[in-house]
Amino acid sequence: MTLRNDPVADPAIMAHRIRKHALEMTSRGKSSHIGSVMSMADILAVLYARVLNVDPSRPEDPLRDRVILSKGHGGAGIYAALAERGFFDPELLKGHYQNGSIFSGHVSHKGVPGVDLSTGSLGHGLGVGTGMALAAKRMNETWRAFVVMSDGECDEGSVWEAAMFAGHHKLSNLIAIIDYNKIQSLAPVAETLALEPFADKWRAFGWAVQESDGHDVAALEAALRTAPDSNGKPTVVIAHTTKGKGVSFMEDAVLWHYRTAQGDELEAARAELAAIDPEIDHA
Amino acid sequence: MRDAFIATLTEHARKNPRIALITGDLGFGVLTKYAEELPGQYVNAGVAEQNMTAIAAGMALSGWQTYTYSIANFTTLRCLEQIRNDVCYHDADVTVVSVGGGFSYGQLGMSHFATEDLAILRAIPNIRVVAPSEEWETQDLAAELAATPGPAYLRLDKGRGGIARREGEVARLGKARLVREGSDVTLVSIGAILKECIGAAAELEKSGISTRILSISSLKPFDEQSVLDAARETGGIITVEEHSVIGGLGGTVAETLLENGAQPGFFRRVGLKDQYPTVVGDQDYLRKAYGMDAASIAAIARAAL
Repeated sequence: MTLRNDPVADPAIMAHRIRKHALEMTSRGKSSHIGSVMSMADILAVLYARVLNVDPSRPEDPLRDRVILSKGHGGAGIYAALAERGFFDPELLKGHYQNGSIFSGHVSHKGVPGVDLSTGSLGHGLGVGTGMALAAKRMNETWRAFVVMSDGECDEGSVWEAAMFAGHHKLSNLIAIIDYNKIQSLAPVAETLALEPFADKWRAFGWAVQESDGHDVAALEAALRTAPDSNGKPTVVIAHTTKGKGVSFMEDAVLWHYRTAQGDELEAARAELAAIDPEIDHA
Repeated sequence: MRDAFIATLTEHARKNPRIALITGDLGFGVLTKYAEELPGQYVNAGVAEQNMTAIAAGMALSGWQTYTYSIANFTTLRCLEQIRNDVCYHDADVTVVSVGGGFSYGQLGMSHFATEDLAILRAIPNIRVVAPSEEWETQDLAAELAATPGPAYLRLDKGRGGIARREGEVARLGKARLVREGSDVTLVSIGAILKECIGAAAELEKSGISTRILSISSLKPFDEQSVLDAARETGGIITVEEHSVIGGLGGTVAETLLENGAQPGFFRRVGLKDQYPTVVGDQDYLRKAYGMDAASIAAIARAAL
């Protein structure tokens, strides 16, 4: 058994650490949305380990890639990803959701290096990311804007305002990634407001569409690396995910949008994550 | 005032290539020259004000100074959360420009009356709330906003206050203008409805009533001292706004007076009384219909005295 410990080199390791952090953060804070974080952990890991041009020592670098977690309720996930990427000490994650903490349940940039936009009200991120991408184009700069969205968020009309604008203006430096776990707050997406044919909707709005297994880090990276699209379109990666991924009893369950793991459930979740720890090479 | 704003903006945009004007598909004829001269600093976001505001925030967070532009409530209420969360929380250098304060578009009906904007915008942290009464004030204040980055709301009336710039006078953020000295009553107005206060003062003068007029172009930051002085030095205060009496100028003045222990001899708020106007007409007609024209203001002052 050998140990590897470089999450920046290995997105699988980073994803696993995001899940472990998020489990502890949400149970300590008795907060919701663990299912939403588990769902997108691999997306964030691939971004921060492989795709993004960011430098933790220069979080304000004007030429950095921008990242917006538009599904701001997954705040624990992006805080964990930033900590693992080296933006701040992972110890600080213990403050999440605690009295007086700057690590709010939904993403806030105040005092947190690496957060490019505070979110929490759904449907804001794509528009702001669109503005960032437009700014870069108009300045002839090559940095990109990445926006991680939820599927339920696509109920918001503002998402489609931005989608139409970005398609029209051919913002090829804008990349949206949708964590398509097919479960929203109260019920499955298909029973709430059906998004299908989802990929066709984005194509109709002038986007290049990639679909990927949202938990296959190599496939995700390949999908993200298709941007910028050769026809100048913005790119959306529809990442097919499983809500609660990594803990069997959280998977595909509406319940774990809001439920927090405590007691036996917390122990069981820890055990399951430990059993699939990629930092331990079983070969 | 709209033209004065665009002229000032154009001047600044020529010097600063990181200024962008983003319209919500309005400004026919008014923005043409700007758009032709500075195409790289112009965006028509279409009829999509939430996205217009989000784009303005995204550009501002990437080093630009941006201006959103549309009529009445479309740049404010329609996209209020984008202003609150994306612009103001991030201290983004975005100026929200609304053309047509109050009854400026009097014939167009309720949808086009900006009559709650001041109160609502004022409640949001970190945004300057500015409503000039004249073209020259618009130029001064737009220039000051351009020179001092951060969120702002600029409400442009169609009408005009009617007071030309005096020698050496400059409109400043956070400063009231003493338009007329007087001792019996102070009329405090915001924006172009200043014109009605001037008419009311002339009317009151005939009865020997001496009227002070304060013109407020900057509701936030607010010149507290100007109204505290008025409370001490004149017989009473009447606020006048082409806006709901709730939470705008009247609210600001009342809060300032009470919190500072300044008790005016009397206090009245002239404005729209918690209601939707249901008739249309030109700006003068509607001011009269809703009791905020010169004669109505004079009558309220007389009754109070």
